[in-house]
Amino acid sequence: MSNTEKKMKKVFSRPNALADVPTHYCPGCTHGIVHRLIAEAIDELDCLGDTIGVCPVGCSVMAYDYFNCDMIQAPHGRAPAVATGVKRAKPDNIVFTYQGDGDLAAIGTGETVHAATRGENITIIFINNTTYGMTGGQMAPTTLPGQVTQTTPYGRDTDTAGHPIRVSEMLATLDGVAYVERVAVDSIKNINRAKKAIKKAFEYQTQKKGFTIIEVLSTCPTNWGLDPVKALKWLEENMVPYYPLGVYKDKEVAVNE
Amino acid sequence: MGRITVDEQRCKGCGLCINVCPKKILKLSEDKLNDKGYSFMVCFDMDECIGCARCAMMCPDIAIEVER
Amino acid sequence: MERNLMKGNEALAEAAIRAGCKCFFGYPITPQTEISAYMAKRMPKIGGVFLQAESEIGAINMVLGAASTGTRVMTSSSSPGISLKAEGISYIAGSDLPCVIINVQRGGPGLGGIQPSQADYWQATKALGHGDFHVMVFAPSTVQEMVDLVTKAFDLADKYRMPTMILADGLLGQMMEPVTFPDEQSINEYDKTWAADGHKNSREHNIINSLILSPDDLEKSVQERFKRYDRIAKEEAMAQCYLTDDADIVLVAYGATARVTQSAVDLAREKGIKAGLVRPQTLWPFPVEQIRTASENASSLLCVEMSMGQMVDDVKLAINCSKPVHFYGRTGGVIPTPAQILTEIEKIAGGAKE
Repeated sequence: MSNTEKKMKKVFSRPNALADVPTHYCPGCTHGIVHRLIAEAIDELDCLGDTIGVCPVGCSVMAYDYFNCDMIQAPHGRAPAVATGVKRAKPDNIVFTYQGDGDLAAIGTGETVHAATRGENITIIFINNTTYGMTGGQMAPTTLPGQVTQTTPYGRDTDTAGHPIRVSEMLATLDGVAYVERVAVDSIKNINRAKKAIKKAFEYQTQKKGFTIIEVLSTCPTNWGLDPVKALKWLEENMVPYYPLGVYKDKEVAVNE
Repeated sequence: MGRITVDEQRCKGCGLCINVCPKKILKLSEDKLNDKGYSFMVCFDMDECIGCARCAMMCPDIAIEVER
Repeated sequence: MERNLMKGNEALAEAAIRAGCKCFFGYPITPQTEISAYMAKRMPKIGGVFLQAESEIGAINMVLGAASTGTRVMTSSSSPGISLKAEGISYIAGSDLPCVIINVQRGGPGLGGIQPSQADYWQATKALGHGDFHVMVFAPSTVQEMVDLVTKAFDLADKYRMPTMILADGLLGQMMEPVTFPDEQSINEYDKTWAADGHKNSREHNIINSLILSPDDLEKSVQERFKRYDRIAKEEAMAQCYLTDDADIVLVAYGATARVTQSAVDLAREKGIKAGLVRPQTLWPFPVEQIRTASENASSLLCVEMSMGQMVDDVKLAINCSKPVHFYGRTGGVIPTPAQILTEIEKIAGGAKE
């Protein structure tokens, strides 16, 4: 059956907020998907001209080249403090940070918790892939028990290396937080949910509702030693049970456990 | 009813799109590599494309445009 | 002009506000906590921002953020807290951002003590953070000078796009002296088109960044910055000279120590010793020319510091080690007295009693 002669129209193309440049991310790395979701949210809220992004140290250190808004590169872990400085100086701008698990939950734990508890009107996009990617795959605060990494070569032993941190659950306990949701990008269904969550977080910021954070379960095929498709499967089978998806706090809505 | 355009130079041959295509009409190029040395995605039966855009939604490199 | 009796720390804070400081991020630490307390009261009244950060690290990163938007911003701390800020300051310098940092020095190292010291001179002038960079360092010695130099610090920070520091000490921070503030000062406007404040779809997006992975590009970037530093060294070094025209022994001291040293110079003169004093007001750039000129006819120099001797090498270098440079210092929070310094002067002049 041939295609009809009716004119076809574009139903999917690059968002305006995403720079038209190749990225340095590994093949199949889900950073690219999340970057796109953020860019789509910015486009749909028509706030590119007012947005200022803060990028971390990690694989996404060069995110300043990938978004078409003003960008600031922050020291490792300190993006929430940098974002606080930006937002306090320019309360009408839209400010977001983009951080990995080491950045947000290891070295930056203090900055993360305090920006959240102060209720800073910023949006944090937290990429949880259970590993320190840029430096070659070491243990992260979110590495699962038993997971093999460069610094847990025999598998993470909770007796010596402690337990992972569930960031969404932890931050949901703080009164200053307006909205926390954990999503994943391993399937079309989950990507759609992630897009809605990210857009809602930005919307809450434009409505000055307070601190919003979206934790995005992501893959690191290179350091997990899996091909990109198998990496998505690993995420579904291992990460989702430990880090359940869902809304952990939404001050507009009572959230039932 | 649907058509995709692939930026062969942007594609990193990760295979995520191939995995989600409901019509199973995508594959990696067998005898060609792009300038970066990657095999890239090729649609081998465009007539079957329904323009669902799942391939594009899965692509981390925004290498796919979709029309319907 | 109205004179107010003010504590040094508070005068610093008020001067910053009058110089157009719109954001202050701080953290309590003795002996400078009054700066935060004063800002907490004053900033809301002028529509500015005061925030007590989670740590000195949080504070310096908030400074980085606000500075990125082109806003005049300040933080303050004391010795151990300045150590915490090192990485942030390096990023601020490497991103070519303006800001003002106050260090009200206390005894160290480690937790040290809470009494005044000048033991952070090396940190301030040689290595406030990692990498090839400088910070302009101002050394006030009176509460009035705290006011004057804060105003200058904000101006030059914007002019040269770099961090600037007021290197004070606990004595200056805690003492009370009469001060006058500049009337209706005109705040110089500098180009801020580089700022990341939202491009409103009317310009290219700005990136504030210090990551340059290509060695050639990074070298070029650092060399460009050092060209600016060379200009600063030529144009912005400041020092005051006291009785140096005919001085045989030239003393060099800064900050609160300079006041004690000046008293010692007077005592020496009473005893017929031709002593003089050069008081650097900028520690970076170091007033090399002024020290050279002032000591042209001297036979030796005496460097006096509240430390184990951190400025003394810079004095030697300033005169190419052409004359003996002696050192007298107290550290740990001990403040030298004029009599103690006089004893050193007499030793050098020959004929001192033990």
